[in-house]
Amino acid sequence: MTRIAGAIVALLLFGAVRWPIERHLTDTHRALGLRTLDFNLGLREQLGQLGFIAALSGFRSVVADALFIEAHVAWERTEWGRVLLLFRQTTTLQPRAVLFWEMAAWHMAWNASTAAMNDPRQPQLALRVKTAREYYDLGKDFLERGIRNNPERPELYEALGRLYRDKYEDHERAADCFARGAALPGARAYLKRFAAYELARAPGREQEAYRQLRALYDVGEAERTPALLRHLKELENKLAMPAQNRAP
Amino acid sequence: MHSQPHRVFSSARFAAISGNTFIGLTRLKIFYVLLLFALLLIGSSVFMARMTFQQEFQVLKDVALGAMSLFTSLLAVLATARLLPQDAEDRTIYTILAKPVSRFEYLAGKLSGVLTLLAVSLIAMSALFFVVLFLREQSVLSETARQMSGAPAEIQAEAVRAVRTAGFNSNLFSAIAVIYLKGCVLAAVTLLVSTFASTTIFTTITMAFVYFIGHLQSIAREYWLQTNSAGWLTKTFLAVVALLFPDLQIFNLIDDAVAGTAIPLTLLLKTIGLGAFYIVFYLVVSLALFFRKEL
Repeated sequence: MTRIAGAIVALLLFGAVRWPIERHLTDTHRALGLRTLDFNLGLREQLGQLGFIAALSGFRSVVADALFIEAHVAWERTEWGRVLLLFRQTTTLQPRAVLFWEMAAWHMAWNASTAAMNDPRQPQLALRVKTAREYYDLGKDFLERGIRNNPERPELYEALGRLYRDKYEDHERAADCFARGAALPGARAYLKRFAAYELARAPGREQEAYRQLRALYDVGEAERTPALLRHLKELENKLAMPAQNRAP
Repeated sequence: MHSQPHRVFSSARFAAISGNTFIGLTRLKIFYVLLLFALLLIGSSVFMARMTFQQEFQVLKDVALGAMSLFTSLLAVLATARLLPQDAEDRTIYTILAKPVSRFEYLAGKLSGVLTLLAVSLIAMSALFFVVLFLREQSVLSETARQMSGAPAEIQAEAVRAVRTAGFNSNLFSAIAVIYLKGCVLAAVTLLVSTFASTTIFTTITMAFVYFIGHLQSIAREYWLQTNSAGWLTKTFLAVVALLFPDLQIFNLIDDAVAGTAIPLTLLLKTIGLGAFYIVFYLVVSLALFFRKEL
């Protein structure tokens, strides 16, 4: 008994020595964006008891995958409410997995909104449009939260840019998203061009767009894609540019 | 006849105990059953989700690393828990300790045997995982090359880069190293518990609690240090939990590694340092308990 009491005292003393180290490592994890999951009652309610225990035991990503596959099945059955719920759980568990944010936004803003627009049970067009716009907003919310959790990943800015471009037709915001994505390391080469194309379609930003497109044109053949040349010509005509200032 | 003076610690004796422990453990059916389950799970993870290649790689890596973590932890606890009780039951412990073998050599050798077993099984699981990942990556790359054959070179390069980013990355090595470290810490704690436990089942159940509480320890520590509104009883309880149990969340980097978050080398080295610190301390306390144990 004395031996065990002695061992417990030793363990407590060891704990006192190691807790500043553990705390330092925990703080380092947080600073690096690791362990962003906050274990609280909200999460417990979202995941259910088994999921919560599994997530607590270090199997967070496996639980997130299981929920993701479940969401995939719900999508195949077009159960949009369930898809939303499952993607909320998935992204809560794995906020650093960009793929989950992208997929969640795509399902909401593209698939669910299209299904809402073609809903045969809703005869009123206004209500179908309203529902579709609600799904766009849900998709946007996923992407914005994804960006807050992964500000260094260009993929999410690109997805948000596409959402503004294709669904909201807000070209100014789309241009801003593409430009922010393009500025990040690892961004796809076409994002700069996308930003300029969207700016060209934003009313009142034509001059700025032309400067960007011309700068890309001047980079060389690699940037002179048919789309870039088409946008450049359109802007030159729209801005009534003198022939000597136009791109050759 | 010339006789060498007896040394307190002999690496030859330590290696003999370690080697025998390792061989003894590899003869157990449970080792093969666990390893087979892990290998089956890793191998079958490739068939689990046939979605886009990013989703497939994500699921493959999550399931494989999850299986490696689970089976390494299970193996660490189950293999260590039976060491001392089994030796006592077989009476081999009396034969060994009756010889000029110190109790430290005995305990350290036993732990070393388990750690070798964990390393071997993790290498086997990692090898299969990398083979599966490589084969899938190559298959997706050739599929991508075929689909994009008519596309401009820039788009082709982007597509190949996307496949490579989603597939293998060096972070996986860090994740596997941390899985091994967690297994080692669990083995050291199990050895400590088994020095005062009378049965294997008691050690295993205690370790199940340690495992779960260890993953919650950081939450207890944060509440203990940051919450002022809690009563003294709550704070004392939280302090005891925080001080008594190891923080196993520190070794939980696989979720982030799979998600593509870079794990810096300094962080990995600090984690390894803390893990080594844990293992040495638990071994020393195990020795203190085992040293005076009546056999």
